Amino acid sequence: MNAVNHLATSTLPGDAAPTPNSPNQRLEGPVAMPTATSSSVVPESDDGSAGMEIRKLSAWYGPRQALRDITLDVPGHQVMAIIGPSGCGKSTLIRCLNRMHEVTHGATVRGEVILDGRNMYDPSVDPVALRRIVGMVFQRPNPFPTMSIYDNVVAGLRLGGKVGRGSMDEIVERSLRRAALWDEVRDKLKEGGASLSGGQQQRLCIARALAVEPEALLMDEPCSALDPIATLRIEELIRMLRDEVTIVIVTHNMQQAARVSDRTAFMLAGEERIGELIEVGVTKEIFTNPHDERTEDYITGRFG
Amino acid sequence: MATQTISLGKRASSIERELSSIDRRRRIMDLTMRGLCSLAALLGAGALFLLVIHVVVNGVAALSIPLFTEMPAPIGTPGGGMAHAFVGSIIIVGLACLWGIPAGLLAGIYLADYQTPRLGGFVRFTADVLTGIPSIVFGIFGYILVVTRFGGFSGLAAAFTLGVITLPIVARTTEETLRLVPHELREAALALGVRRWRVVLSIVLPTARAGLITGAMLALARAAGETAPLIFTTLGNNFWNVDPTRPMAAVTLTIFQYAIWPYKNLHEQAWAASLILLLVVLLINLTVRLAARSAPSR
Repeated sequence: MNAVNHLATSTLPGDAAPTPNSPNQRLEGPVAMPTATSSSVVPESDDGSAGMEIRKLSAWYGPRQALRDITLDVPGHQVMAIIGPSGCGKSTLIRCLNRMHEVTHGATVRGEVILDGRNMYDPSVDPVALRRIVGMVFQRPNPFPTMSIYDNVVAGLRLGGKVGRGSMDEIVERSLRRAALWDEVRDKLKEGGASLSGGQQQRLCIARALAVEPEALLMDEPCSALDPIATLRIEELIRMLRDEVTIVIVTHNMQQAARVSDRTAFMLAGEERIGELIEVGVTKEIFTNPHDERTEDYITGRFG
Repeated sequence: MATQTISLGKRASSIERELSSIDRRRRIMDLTMRGLCSLAALLGAGALFLLVIHVVVNGVAALSIPLFTEMPAPIGTPGGGMAHAFVGSIIIVGLACLWGIPAGLLAGIYLADYQTPRLGGFVRFTADVLTGIPSIVFGIFGYILVVTRFGGFSGLAAAFTLGVITLPIVARTTEETLRLVPHELREAALALGVRRWRVVLSIVLPTARAGLITGAMLALARAAGETAPLIFTTLGNNFWNVDPTRPMAAVTLTIFQYAIWPYKNLHEQAWAASLILLLVVLLINLTVRLAARSAPSR
């Protein structure tokens, strides 16, 4: 644990000063969240804290609209949870944040997502380069089956042509430590990734994503295919990584959102099953004192 | 309430009766169908068995070292071999695979990972039609396109034509194999900031390796066994020739020629060559099975 934290602070010295990171400060954020967009107290991306500003984002699959006018600030170096019932567009939203949405055939986006002062949907932005800055972990663990654990971790660097800091061996160890997997696999780095358990595979995928040193990490229901113990370990990991990278996590599991996130956004499919943002705020606030009736209904289990 | 119960009871008993009669009918039908299917399967396996036995019995007798090392003896005299045909086949099939398999592989990659729906559908349809075209048509195609325009019959014309036959086979097996690679793996790589061609090259192709080898080997077996296209393209040659710009001999062609000549010696050699072809195809299929088994499982 200590080693990981030490590594974490030493790898990203730049963010220590501007961003308040201790748990107490985090929960001191804005107590009242009148509207979905007012998050002015939280540091914005102009200080290099890798926050994201989503501006009037709409998304389509072919002719079918999946998101309508989402405006949401994702503060840097915090954990933002996106919750909502099935089909509310939360996975679509997260996939818009590293332009993976457009990988699906016929999928289109309108609106802006501003990262470090730049709209990632600007024509001059190369989506491939963007995805090295905003990494992603998927619902099902998906290590590359033909590669060893070692090769999986450095796959992004090798195949992406990005030059990492230090030697490959160092990167592998650092990434696996950050993903809290090093001690379990240090003796079998040459073995296939498929030989690991589901939870280990998911942490391997997290290590793989961290190896390219992203500023933000998107997690699309990363625990839904895992057992409770493995889920717990991933959640611990998310809390540890919060200091180093901005995390956006989509989850079905409200307890999970409450446990790991600093802020929570609640989405709902509105008319014509188009996903909309209902409410966003400090997680504690959302779960104890939601402003919108629909949020309260969902959280208290009245639907969804 | 009471009448309802009675009618229900009545219905239940009639249902029961009906069920048992349906049941009997079904059982008879089931047995009949199973019998028919088994018979058909036995017929198919039996035909293959008979063919193999026939070729082996007739071929083994004439199998000899000179068959591979010697040139044909003067017609009517005993002895001799068909070294020129084996070498010719290896050269022609080798050249055919040299361009047919890579082209098919690329076409398959296009279909699985790059296609736009309209052009992709067209290419897929074309490949399917090509796979079903009788091989003699390919022969005429090669004759008109290559032989009549580029200096007559040649091994190259045959290699071109056989390549056209292997291309759609490889393309379709490649596409189907690549489609079996989970989409999540492609997404995982793309999300790491890997370019698409690199995803295909380093993630998709290695994952699908076993299937790709299978497709290529089956296409090779198909090319090695073709006869009709060769008649129109390489013509055949009774002399030693390793220059693919001139007419070449091939095993299948030589079998065909020897079989219609009235000499027992040549018939025996044709049987032996058939046995060799059979063994080659068998060997390819076995290799494919082994490759598929040793593949990393997902």
